[in-house]
Amino acid sequence: MSATSAAETTEATGTPLARLVAARRAAYRADVVTDDPPQLTRGSASRRLTDQVARVVMWASFGLAMVPLVWILGTVVARGYELLLASSWWTLSQRNINAADVGGGAVHAIQGTLIQAAVTAAISVPLGIFTAIHLVEYGRGRLARAVSFMVDILSGVPSIVAALFIYAVWVTTFGFQRIGFAVCLSLVLLMIPVVVRSTEEMLKLVPNGLREGSYALGVPKWITITRIVLPTAFSGIVTGVMLGLARVMGETAPLLILGPYTKSIATNLFDGYMPTLPTMINQDRTEIGLDSAMERMWATALTLILIVLALNLIGRWAARRSSVRR
Amino acid sequence: MSATTTPPELTEPAGSSWTNTVTAPRRGGDRWFGLASHGAGVAVVALVTLVGVFLVSQAIPALSKNEANFLTSREWSVGGDNPRFGIMELLWTTTTASIIAMAIAVPIGVCVALFITEYAPQWLRRPAATLVDLLAAVPSIVYGLWGLIIFRPVVRPLEDWLSTRLGWLPLFAPTGITGGTIMFIGVVLAIMILPIVTAISREVFAQTPTTHKEGALALGATRWEMIRTAVLPFGKPGVISAAMLALGRALGETIAVTFIVSTLAAGSDWTWSMLSGGETFASRIANNAAEFDSPQKTGAFIAAGLVLFILTFVVNAVARVVIERRKAFTE
Amino acid sequence: MANRLKVEDVNIYYGAFKAVEGVTLTFEPRSVTAFIGPSGCGKSTVLRTLNRMHEVIPGGRVEGSITLAGQDLYAAEVDPVAVRRTVGMVFQRPNPFPTMTIFDNVVAGLRLNGLRNKSELADAAERSLRGANLWNEVKDRLNKPGAGLSGGQQQRLCIARAIAVEPHVLLMDEPCSALDPISTQAIEDLIEELKTDYMIVIVTHNLQQAARVSDQTAFFNLAATGQPGKLVEVGPTPRIFEHPVHESTEAYVSGRFG
Repeated sequence: MSATSAAETTEATGTPLARLVAARRAAYRADVVTDDPPQLTRGSASRRLTDQVARVVMWASFGLAMVPLVWILGTVVARGYELLLASSWWTLSQRNINAADVGGGAVHAIQGTLIQAAVTAAISVPLGIFTAIHLVEYGRGRLARAVSFMVDILSGVPSIVAALFIYAVWVTTFGFQRIGFAVCLSLVLLMIPVVVRSTEEMLKLVPNGLREGSYALGVPKWITITRIVLPTAFSGIVTGVMLGLARVMGETAPLLILGPYTKSIATNLFDGYMPTLPTMINQDRTEIGLDSAMERMWATALTLILIVLALNLIGRWAARRSSVRR
Repeated sequence: MSATTTPPELTEPAGSSWTNTVTAPRRGGDRWFGLASHGAGVAVVALVTLVGVFLVSQAIPALSKNEANFLTSREWSVGGDNPRFGIMELLWTTTTASIIAMAIAVPIGVCVALFITEYAPQWLRRPAATLVDLLAAVPSIVYGLWGLIIFRPVVRPLEDWLSTRLGWLPLFAPTGITGGTIMFIGVVLAIMILPIVTAISREVFAQTPTTHKEGALALGATRWEMIRTAVLPFGKPGVISAAMLALGRALGETIAVTFIVSTLAAGSDWTWSMLSGGETFASRIANNAAEFDSPQKTGAFIAAGLVLFILTFVVNAVARVVIERRKAFTE
Repeated sequence: MANRLKVEDVNIYYGAFKAVEGVTLTFEPRSVTAFIGPSGCGKSTVLRTLNRMHEVIPGGRVEGSITLAGQDLYAAEVDPVAVRRTVGMVFQRPNPFPTMTIFDNVVAGLRLNGLRNKSELADAAERSLRGANLWNEVKDRLNKPGAGLSGGQQQRLCIARAIAVEPHVLLMDEPCSALDPISTQAIEDLIEELKTDYMIVIVTHNLQQAARVSDQTAFFNLAATGQPGKLVEVGPTPRIFEHPVHESTEAYVSGRFG
């Protein structure tokens, strides 16, 4: 079957294979023949070139992807870090401070963002985890398929549509005020699918042997789930919750529609306007000529990034400690 | 678990070691827990159904009063006794900008994913993946600010150059818009969806069986040829669904787009140019939150929101179908 | 004979871990060498250094000299891609490319080498499939996916794919371990035929298989867990099985351990 034996035996002389072999010999200056020494240095020039080009393209793509990241983070840090160094940023609000003034802090907006995130999580995490448990541990029938489908739909809902829905229910239909809690409701819509999907994925990763081992010991199902399945998947679920929270905190669209800004500290979710970091950015954004407003805007953006980043890092850290892995 | 000396109970294990450590009796606990998880499922189904029914019911009265064709009109005046509004311009801007974003982000995202899984030195792989994921952690309002204030002035000369060189093409016809053009929106969206494309592609590429990769290498494939023979065919469905999910995200992106769009004056001429302005569904809704003061006006915006919802739903559904197919294929 | 494959004083590492130590071996063209030994002793690792597949694993590193026809496989100017084309490999689990048809699988290597002509590809495919004793079974379904074949057929498809590029050497890493006895028989018959054209190196856990198919047998062992694997002894197959020099070889081939 080697080329020489093929060429030497009359049956193969002049066959396409023999011609192929001859052509390849020329191309590689190598003999693919057992009795001639093989050519091991460099293959076809064009193949090597393509390979090199591909390598360069991959490195360049990565470099290109890093440009906006460095650029954005660099811009925000460079323009906003100074205000963050002052202790007043973390202790004062913007009460009685005009757009053109310097001073004051962002504590009202930080509080608002954290409170809304906490309430959003308090509603969507239990709901999401129970839904995921239903899908993985109980779900076989029609309801499970419907739930799965609905979660898919929900995960595709643009934030502006979620906000619009809550607006239509809360304000247009019931005539309520635009308050912090309404924002939370729209954020819940956005967070539930993240929690369900990530929890579902982690629960699926828990080996069935653990469940069966537990049932075999006579342990009831709900204790198996709460004592064995959930702890095994715990850090994975934490990761999902943190990433979901990070996404929800960065959301601005529902805030624009449902959560008007105010410069004072406001911690009541059920009465009055509630300031948040995104709406504070949006407020200062309109004062383009004013240096004080611009600096405040970048500082607020940096604060928001830091909070979101912290949540992301916690999520990643939890993922690394996970006992079940993808 | 403590061993019991009593004979085993096969009925209610009320007195077994379990109830010593857990106070609730077994049957009740199971029923309660099952009900809770069942209830959560029902709640989610009810919630989504409610969203759908409610949005439709709010949109219908406004649509029935509409005196323009909702699908083909470019007008948008939703108040008064003779509302005339249509989604033509919104649809055009939204889809064009999103397609530009895909055209940029999908190839680059796939290359970055290949870089992380196949090319980067071992020590760089995790940090590189984390860095790209960080792009996804930047809140979209920050993209909006950066795009509007920092990035826009950099891209403008490029667009001017395009319109002088390729201005004879309708797509690049000069328009005099200096703010955010459709093309610029596309570029910013591309940066925003890049991490989505990269993350999903990376995951599927990493799942390529080692045996396939080694099989290709053992045949004398170069690294790139190995990628083409083993990695890309294996990952193709994953890349398609990644692109679809990213498209869904781009279609619905609100705040960054709202910051950078140039709203066209009512009644301005139609143009195919990507260098023109125009609003997307999301930015039109977000920009006019102040107008939601009557059910009729709100209904008009909800109708636009519904179209956006249907768009993203279709795109996401395509992504799911592709993922499911792939599962069937690999199992 | 000029085209010997020579391994001299080779140490193989995974990162800092030395997996195999001090291997010296010579392979003759048109002969079959079997690697035997207990699990984890480095047989497959040594095999994978012969076509530079070891370095694909992150941290994989080789010291010493491996030469084919006097050329150092690890010399700076040597292209690993050319080495792998010259030294083909068949893996433990059959690994036809799942997205490709039977035909595309067989000619995958030729296509990589730039062969585009349809009739030449068809001829090469037929030739390789005949060479792998698979032609009669698949000639009517060349355009079906390779994954649809049985395990034994898939493995022969992989052999056909490997010989389609006409290598000098064929490495086989436990090619029958995932197969049933009848498929194993088919592969063993095939090895017997391929031997007339190729140098074959096969890793196997099946001592009878080593005794049946090989001319030369190399026994690997490791002193203790965590220690590097070593080549204990190598020689003509009948001698290794009937008159082993080393005690541990005797113990292994007589089935007393491993």
